[in-house]
Amino acid sequence: MLGPVNYSIWLAVILVELFSLVCLLRRRGYSQHFTLLLYLCSCLASDIGNFSIIKTSGYDSNAYFYFYFYAKSMLTICLYFVLMNLYSHVFSEMGVGKYIRAAAMLLLAGTAGISYYMVATSANRFITHFVVELGQNLYFVGVVLTYLLWGAMAKLRENRTRLMQLVLSMGVYVSLSAGSYALNNLYPNHGFWQYYFPITSMWLPLSWAYTFLRVPDDARIATARVLVPNR
Amino acid sequence: MMAGMIFVISILTLLQFFVSYSRSLIAESRGHELSEEACEICGLTARTAAGDQFRRLSELIALCPESGGNGNKLMVVSAYFHLLGFLRPLSEWTIPSATAWIEAERGGCAYLAAVVLDRRIAYNRMIVARQASHSI
Repeated sequence: MLGPVNYSIWLAVILVELFSLVCLLRRRGYSQHFTLLLYLCSCLASDIGNFSIIKTSGYDSNAYFYFYFYAKSMLTICLYFVLMNLYSHVFSEMGVGKYIRAAAMLLLAGTAGISYYMVATSANRFITHFVVELGQNLYFVGVVLTYLLWGAMAKLRENRTRLMQLVLSMGVYVSLSAGSYALNNLYPNHGFWQYYFPITSMWLPLSWAYTFLRVPDDARIATARVLVPNR
Repeated sequence: MMAGMIFVISILTLLQFFVSYSRSLIAESRGHELSEEACEICGLTARTAAGDQFRRLSELIALCPESGGNGNKLMVVSAYFHLLGFLRPLSEWTIPSATAWIEAERGGCAYLAAVVLDRRIAYNRMIVARQASHSI
């Protein structure tokens, strides 16, 4: 059963997502970053879907179980679209957008295939185990892709503050999620996770809201001021 | 084995992204010129602040109603400040040359807090002025 704490966290997550959506629409950020809008709408749809399934079928039902895990996987795939969008912005002047999209799609399919293979060859072939494994691997590939993107931005001396903050906040989120999924894979039956994942899911909407609300589109900062010195 | 490796790598990248994100917030706040009033309240003379002032500034910020959107930024930088506070004694013991860098970073956090306080004071003044004009 879900308690008042779960419902409070849930409400907070929905409010934060709505706030971020409003900020994105008010600042007209959707014209340049449509995938962010897509991701926020998907998050809201997933939260509302989860809530309605709990109301109709109950928290312990199979329907909720499957919906929760599949919605989580769909959100991770949406996050890939956001990442692709960020890549296309960084490499916009080079005209390599379609190659990036193709490579990301191949990587996505490859990760799903490898995750399926790992679960299919393991002793316990639970579908939820596949989803946790897939989540962990997708987020980890996300970490690698974000790290590469950040490396490229540092090399290209990218100075658009808004883009920089979007990439870095994405890096924080995917690293946190990959680490959490890995830990969840190691210690799956802990009550802590039901509070932890919704709380961490607030990071992206909050950081995006701040970026669109406070950082003007034409703001610039030197990349060197953001990089950690190697001394 | 695989999950353990992913966990360790993710924590390391998380640390790097978090530090860079916090530094981007601090670098962005450096562009803001503090008002004379804020400098006086914060005890700042130039465009620099000492790390030790961060706590006092945070307490002052807590007294001011929020002007919207800065709470998240302050929370992130506060976490970064505490991380630096945790690393400082370790660096004194292992890499003494990093201590000066850590202190400069803590000063950056304090400067950002001063900027947030300045914005909140300006916001509150605006609200008071608006209320006064309505009452007249």
